Amino acid sequence: MTEQRTAQERIIWLLGIVVVIFYALFPVLWIISLSLKTPATVTVTPNEGFWGTLVPSEATFKNYEALFTDGLDGPFLKPLINSIGIALIATVIAIVLASFAAYAIARLDFPGKTAVLGGALAIAMFPAISTVGPLFDMWRALGLYDTWAGLIIPYLSFSLPLAIYTLVAFFREIPWELEQAAQVDGATPFQAFRKVIVPLATPGMFTAAILVFIFAWNDFLFAISLTSSDASRTVPAALAFFTGDSQFTQPFANIAAAAVIVTIPIIIFVLIFQRRIVAGLTSGAVKG
Amino acid sequence: MEAATSAPAAEAATSSGKAKKPPLSDRARSERRLGWLLCAPAVLAMLLVTAYPIIYAFVLSLQRFDLRFPDEREFVGLSNYVDVLTSSLWWTDVANTLGVTVVSVAIEFTLGMAIALLMHRAIFGRGVVRTSVLIPYGIVTVVAAFTWQFAFQPDTGFVNQLPFVADDMNWFGERFSAFFVIILAEVWKTTPFIALLLLAGMTTIDDGLYEAAKVDGANAVQRFFRITLPLMKPAILVALLFRTLDAFRVFDSIFVMTRGSVDTESVSILGYNQLISRLNLGLGSAVSVLIFVCVLIIAFLFVKGFGTSVPGKEDDR
Repeated sequence: MTEQRTAQERIIWLLGIVVVIFYALFPVLWIISLSLKTPATVTVTPNEGFWGTLVPSEATFKNYEALFTDGLDGPFLKPLINSIGIALIATVIAIVLASFAAYAIARLDFPGKTAVLGGALAIAMFPAISTVGPLFDMWRALGLYDTWAGLIIPYLSFSLPLAIYTLVAFFREIPWELEQAAQVDGATPFQAFRKVIVPLATPGMFTAAILVFIFAWNDFLFAISLTSSDASRTVPAALAFFTGDSQFTQPFANIAAAAVIVTIPIIIFVLIFQRRIVAGLTSGAVKG
Repeated sequence: MEAATSAPAAEAATSSGKAKKPPLSDRARSERRLGWLLCAPAVLAMLLVTAYPIIYAFVLSLQRFDLRFPDEREFVGLSNYVDVLTSSLWWTDVANTLGVTVVSVAIEFTLGMAIALLMHRAIFGRGVVRTSVLIPYGIVTVVAAFTWQFAFQPDTGFVNQLPFVADDMNWFGERFSAFFVIILAEVWKTTPFIALLLLAGMTTIDDGLYEAAKVDGANAVQRFFRITLPLMKPAILVALLFRTLDAFRVFDSIFVMTRGSVDTESVSILGYNQLISRLNLGLGSAVSVLIFVCVLIIAFLFVKGFGTSVPGKEDDR
């Protein structure tokens, strides 16, 4: 864009940017504000007005403390550990499997390549609810119901298409001849792979990993259908059952505090890796 | 890595293979085997959780199978489907789901296009905008649903304190106001995704075209409708296809906000209620299979009706 802008145009663009930032951040600020409210201020009182409802008149961290007071028996800590563990394990397995498949698709010539990509695409569109009933029945028979593995398996399977598409797009851009060049220069095949190919492939794998992690972290349907206790219930599912749990304070503020805790890591991810996330999200989908 | 050295040989094998199909060389055959071997784990993992369950769901849907009365399990043919398709609840839920899908995708597309244009044409602040639109994308859907629910709830929210809104307006007590909040939550969370897909499509358009159109006297609106939109058609259709299918599965927001009360149930909520709450695997599986058929129909309409080019097809060089 080399064209000259008038001052008026600049103001319009600036306004647009401010509106977009407000759009994205306002709900986040609202939930943070709610999470800091005391039991007395969390509900609307007459004549408090718009700003009074929006901004807490007195702030407290009690809502956060309440989440952790009973430790593993409390309403939040165990689900948080479940969420982190399940999402991480699903991410690692999905990236390993997807890397194998994406390497084969990007580099090797074999019949059935198109079928694998097409199948992956079909699964990306697959309605999760259609598999919930059969999985519920199968998992109960196999003893996977209400276990970590019972959630890890559907998460990794449903995130594989996204991971494969992202990685194929990245792997196709890697100059693989460099590996041979390194070998000509005297590197062993393993050295060539480790010193040349791994550093080139890592950013793509990392991007795919972030997307898979966000997917697993976000899931709700499997989490409430395939679990029945805190043994494997993840945070989104636990939040939905929070409501009756706390007898002493209004649960709104506790839910808000829990919501803030699970949102912060994602916001940090997004702030640090925004370029990679955008590249990953769009690489698979727009190529065609 | 054996594959690295075998790539040129394989290229030679395929190019000559198209000409006269000679027997495969050992190299090509081992490359084939390696390819299949590397894809096998991912393919198996995907099939285990989709193809097998949907077949199993079909089998279950032909049975009377209620986990509360397991002794009464028997083959009943298509009677579960008849039950679902003749119930008014199913059709209400289909209408609800389609309504949420059409309205939210339409708003998301319009808003997403505006944000994409802003990011594309911005000379400054592009990174800031991109980072901030990614935040809704990253936020857990359940969290977003709670956030909007608390904002609209009369006893906690600020919305009723706004001017022109009744202080005691009960947004979740009535169907259309509840849908308003549900759609708002959906739109807020997923517009960024659409905007980013559209932006990616937009950046592939050659700037020279705009310069040429400008020289020919086309104004900004004409340039948008005559150049941007037509050239972005593939990206637009892919974005719409993905988002439509995603919106059709709407579950989290409705579950959190109303649990399907006041006639706001979606087909996914109906399936969940039958399968998990009532443990009626036969009837619930019939709902599952019907939802799967709906998704197939939507995908078919997009591909045949609009000529959506599916990514991966041309991708395969």
